[in-house]
Amino acid sequence: MKASVVKEPSMVRQKELIEGYFHRLARAKEDGRAVVYTFVPGNLTELLLAFDALPVLPEINALQSGMRKLSGEYIAEAERAGHSEDVCSYVKCDIGMMLKGNVGPTGEKLPEPDLLLLSCTGCFTFIKWFELLRQRYRCPVAMLHVPYQESGVVTPAMVAYVAKQLETEVVPKLERVTKKRLDVARLQELLARSRTAEDDLVAVFESARRRPSPIDAYFSGVYYIGPLFTAFRGTQEAVDFYRLLRAEVEARAALGQGPVTPEGALEDERFRLVVEGPPNWTHFREFWKMFYDERAVVVASTYTKVGGLYDRGFRHDPSRPLETLAEYCLGCYTNLSLPARVELISDYVRDYQADGFLINSVKSCDSFSAGQLVMLREIEERTSRAGAFIETDLVDPRYFSASNVKTRLESYFQMLAQERRVPETVPAS
Amino acid sequence: MSIQAIVERCEALYEDVELAAVRAWKERTQGKAVGYLPAYVPREILHACGVLPVGILGGGDQVEIVRGDACFQSYICHLPRSVLELALSGKLDVLDGMLFPSTCDVIRNLSGIWKLRFPGKLARYVDVPQNFDPAVGGVFYRRLLEDLIDDLAELSGHRPSDDDLRASIGAYQTNRALVEELYRLRAQAPWRVPTSEAYLLLRAGMLLPVEEHSALLRDYLAEVEREERREQDNARIVLRGSFCEQPPLTLVRTLERAGCYVVDDDFMPILRWGVGRPSDAGDALDALVRAWLESESELPSRFAADGQPKGARLVEKTRRSGAEGVLLAAPNFCDPALLERPMLQEALAEAEIPCTAFLYAENTGQLQPIREQAGTFADSLKLWGEA
Repeated sequence: MKASVVKEPSMVRQKELIEGYFHRLARAKEDGRAVVYTFVPGNLTELLLAFDALPVLPEINALQSGMRKLSGEYIAEAERAGHSEDVCSYVKCDIGMMLKGNVGPTGEKLPEPDLLLLSCTGCFTFIKWFELLRQRYRCPVAMLHVPYQESGVVTPAMVAYVAKQLETEVVPKLERVTKKRLDVARLQELLARSRTAEDDLVAVFESARRRPSPIDAYFSGVYYIGPLFTAFRGTQEAVDFYRLLRAEVEARAALGQGPVTPEGALEDERFRLVVEGPPNWTHFREFWKMFYDERAVVVASTYTKVGGLYDRGFRHDPSRPLETLAEYCLGCYTNLSLPARVELISDYVRDYQADGFLINSVKSCDSFSAGQLVMLREIEERTSRAGAFIETDLVDPRYFSASNVKTRLESYFQMLAQERRVPETVPAS
Repeated sequence: MSIQAIVERCEALYEDVELAAVRAWKERTQGKAVGYLPAYVPREILHACGVLPVGILGGGDQVEIVRGDACFQSYICHLPRSVLELALSGKLDVLDGMLFPSTCDVIRNLSGIWKLRFPGKLARYVDVPQNFDPAVGGVFYRRLLEDLIDDLAELSGHRPSDDDLRASIGAYQTNRALVEELYRLRAQAPWRVPTSEAYLLLRAGMLLPVEEHSALLRDYLAEVEREERREQDNARIVLRGSFCEQPPLTLVRTLERAGCYVVDDDFMPILRWGVGRPSDAGDALDALVRAWLESESELPSRFAADGQPKGARLVEKTRRSGAEGVLLAAPNFCDPALLERPMLQEALAEAEIPCTAFLYAENTGQLQPIREQAGTFADSLKLWGEA
């Protein structure tokens, strides 16, 4: 693997954004800003920013720890404190990090929460996670229960229920911890900016319909969603970032170039895949390399929809601030029923002309994983494309077996090659 | 009926994973039957619609899993794979529908598998609110219950009146009072109600029509009053963590043999879920809405709102039942039970209540390690508990 990593200007810009965010967090208390811990799916960043509060997203901290090879140590610390080996490794990584001083990815200490905003979208573990943090931090929890889309539709009753919780539970608790009243006009401005950035993100993802795809919608995709799924949605920084990213991708597309990998641009796209499930973070680059070495490009993924299914048409609507936030929460990927997930992935396979699809089943996440074997067979049946199934974890390094994953992937690519009679040898470029 | 006859009947029902009793009921009544998974659904609504609610607790240690294993990875708990095994092999065909409570992500996703695999059958996810404000969560939940009534009424051909619902609530209140009496007696004199007998009686309540179960409980309680049983020098313990996937009967018996009187537990919490009497002013549905919103249950899948620290109820229950310690018995890979275990351990430690923890599955066959652990725990409670 190359030591130096090829980076696009947008990646450099994103790194600056994230670093700036962690510096702001480190200064939050001295700047008099309230700190609100919350989750990526169903995050209410615009609402928090309307109160000048700073969000902390424990899943992001966990995945950052995974990528920095710190998660194993944090998980061990949590297990020493009595947490089971068999529960979500994000939770244990977060708790281990907290027990070891809560130092964030930039080396600065993360502030303690003034409020835990339990946006309970598509994951039961979130409830337990914040019950655990509340016991430690002794701070209030604002519960936002987001009903599950069991029949594949968002009903007016579901929207009304979530909007009412925002009005009666979330906003009053935010007003209490920030000592500010909700400024609806400011929230609307933030939502309008979200909309602009969301348009650009969708254009980026839809560029993968082209052959060759100018992006990898999974491995690069996790970088693309970063600002919009975390602390920046609604900010001018996010608008500027997505404009830059879109221009960059469109320029590559115009030149017929493939996606940028850590080892440079991928030429001669060989396989087009759809991926279901989160990536493994502890061996992220090694995992990615297994794909680009085979010139396999991910053209659509479900993980990049956990923070919103914008490509299916949803946009934040400033004219209905609370309702639009409710609809956003209801529409996140893990809040979809299994039949709806099957339909979405099957559509991706067709719309993005994929050769096949891969399920990366992570041990930590029942919300994603329970039922994936049934989904595999359903999608194969509907699309007449062969699927592959591998097992890893989010941030527990004990559950990433590079040789097993590589062998499985190589066999799968060989099978796809046989099916499509793709040349086995790499053409000289 | 003698205690032995009652227990034998309950054991036959425990082993009835193919639901012969439900088939017989349907033949007798020409009614419909709908299954439900743990932990909580409002059974009163099914009853009022003329539908037999059937608790589905998997195949225990009696079913070989082949098709179920093909649907779930090794790190998913055992219950859904045995439930699917039963369903895919046609053993649940007698059911006209299934309800999936919002217990965890696995049961939630199982509802989707059901829709994919059994498209012709009623399958509903019962998304109880985690907001307990009557004007917010209450409104949402009422709507959900109304939709459920629509579905069940269409299935059974009987739309229940308010009086029907009141009568059903009454039938379950009677049943719950008898279940509570069983628990009271266990706490007061556990040697008179062995845990394995109580467990079988509770399991029967998941399968039998409520009236029949109440009659069985009455008979048992009356017989227990008459029969003298010898007190043993066992430790009194509370068992917690078994609210969903149930331990096999052999495991419950193992705990008894290891010297434990289980004086309280969270087996099948639905059997003890309190529903208040409907007020004259409101309608019966309102009582069912309040039953969820106002519950004091520490069900792991129910959010503990601020001011309700996890473990407080467990500590209270342990003290009230006179237990000397707590067994935290969670099924393998059970996220809700395992994630909250450290909170419970902390609460118990603060209250100076000893506890120990182990894992099981519904088909656990290796019982010796559990016997040794529970036996050592019971011995330590007896030796040092009052020192």
